[in-house]
Amino acid sequence: MSTGFVETPTGTPAEPQPRRSQIAPIAQAVEILDSLPGGGMILTTVEAALNWGRASSLWPLTFGLACCAIEMMAAFASRFDLDRMGVIPRATPRQADLMIVAGRCTIKMAPIVRRLWEQMPEPRYVISMGSCATCGGPFYYDNYSILKGIDQVVPVDVYVPGCPPRPEALIEGILKLQEQIKKEPFLRQQAALSLRARG
Amino acid sequence: MALRTEELMLNMGPQHPSTHGVLRLVLALDGENIVDVEPDIGYLHSSVEKMMEYRTYVQNVALTDRGMDYLIALQNEEAYCLAVETLAGTQVPDRARYIRVIFNELNRLASHLVWLGTWGIDLGATTVFLWCFREREMILDLFEKVTGGRLHHVYYRIGGVYADLPEGWVEACRGFLDYFLPRVDEYDALLTANPIFLARTKGVGVISRRDAVAMGASGPVGRASGIATDVRKVAPYEAYDRLEFDVPVQTEGDCFARYQVRLEEMKQSVRIIRQALRDLPGGEIRARVPMTMKAPRGEVYVRTESSRGDLGVFLVSDGGEMPYRVKIRAPSFNNLYALTEMMKGWKVADVIAILGSIDIVLSDVDR
Repeated sequence: MSTGFVETPTGTPAEPQPRRSQIAPIAQAVEILDSLPGGGMILTTVEAALNWGRASSLWPLTFGLACCAIEMMAAFASRFDLDRMGVIPRATPRQADLMIVAGRCTIKMAPIVRRLWEQMPEPRYVISMGSCATCGGPFYYDNYSILKGIDQVVPVDVYVPGCPPRPEALIEGILKLQEQIKKEPFLRQQAALSLRARG
Repeated sequence: MALRTEELMLNMGPQHPSTHGVLRLVLALDGENIVDVEPDIGYLHSSVEKMMEYRTYVQNVALTDRGMDYLIALQNEEAYCLAVETLAGTQVPDRARYIRVIFNELNRLASHLVWLGTWGIDLGATTVFLWCFREREMILDLFEKVTGGRLHHVYYRIGGVYADLPEGWVEACRGFLDYFLPRVDEYDALLTANPIFLARTKGVGVISRRDAVAMGASGPVGRASGIATDVRKVAPYEAYDRLEFDVPVQTEGDCFARYQVRLEEMKQSVRIIRQALRDLPGGEIRARVPMTMKAPRGEVYVRTESSRGDLGVFLVSDGGEMPYRVKIRAPSFNNLYALTEMMKGWKVADVIAILGSIDIVLSDVDR
């Protein structure tokens, strides 16, 4: 599996080996887990487990700008049901870790989008949904009020094309972001940052 | 010594889950009571009227979908195409007229379902949202079979529609209507049996008929205050004069009246679509209009009844391939203006209920 999970086969445990005192509790835990029905021991890195958790509970900010927001709502509603992917909308940037910029962003709105992004706790991600958020879309030429792409204001992780993208396309974008998160060297980055801060 | 208090200015929006877009309300509060409201708009101004001056008449249809009210793309196309056709004197075939009526009304259903769902969420009834979007997806499927798009269709053309209805579509549409009509009563039962919903809407956000007229409120907002006007009745366009339907009117002018009007409108829309499907004539779907059409010199103003009210398009032509000036009379803009009058004296929590009940779309307000 790509997450780096290793599952040991369940069944009769091997012959008891003499263990050192430090790992005795682990051996005990293995014994308890293996004896449970359907139980088993999982070996993984802390980082993979952490990233799996982060990718599976992406909480986006409910933040609709224009038409794409309607398709975003449709993606949250009955037929498409984004809750399946652990994507639950939050009303405040303080609780969100994903911003879906859905729709065209005006120059008047741009500083607010930037501020909302700054209010989100790190690590944070941005999905640019639709042509307008990506590059200005149909409002590129002869237009004085629309920002030509949200990436001029905030860094974007995934671009979802379409005008507006279907809910399936948005779900695809979220799955792509989850893949990306699972590959991130998150803990190593954090360790490097704290080491640098310490000097 | 008496305690001295002062007014508190509270900023609501532009990012707020209940402002239905990027609206900013500057509230002046005395405790929790609203003394004054000032809506700050322009966060979604897409300069679409200016853009239309640089595109040909045919190209502009695609802009009306996106630049104007995005929930009622087909009704925007209707208003724009009607303006150009009136100016150029194009004769639209009968079949195209009926198809347009069907799609206008289906669009009205889809738009009202979004309104009901999101308003339900605002008032704490999440189930309504899921139910409404369940039925809305079916309407979008019907759209998709004909136009290829879910939200932005670019289906109407100057002089008709782009494509004929595919085989089996009429039956599919009839099947949907049979399924849909009892659902409206289900929504009604879900909400009006709920004492919290009634307490939050009945008698809340009242606007009198006089004020509604003075502020230019139209559509369901106006009709809930007793303005018995519907453009489909008073100035019929397309085939509306050949179809029978009632215009629901309430006199209370509160949030609950606006809710009742819209719910009844959904039933009337079903009635209109059924008649249009029954009377659907054969023949051409599009008049012969050249791709580089030129409208004669002059100006025209047309009115249509959109989901939110009186949607007008004022078009000036200098005889060229592109319009000289396009002005859109957006119903949401005037309804938003009436909002200030509705909110005074209510609590902050009522702002959500009142704002949801007028059903504004910021794309329509700002354009």
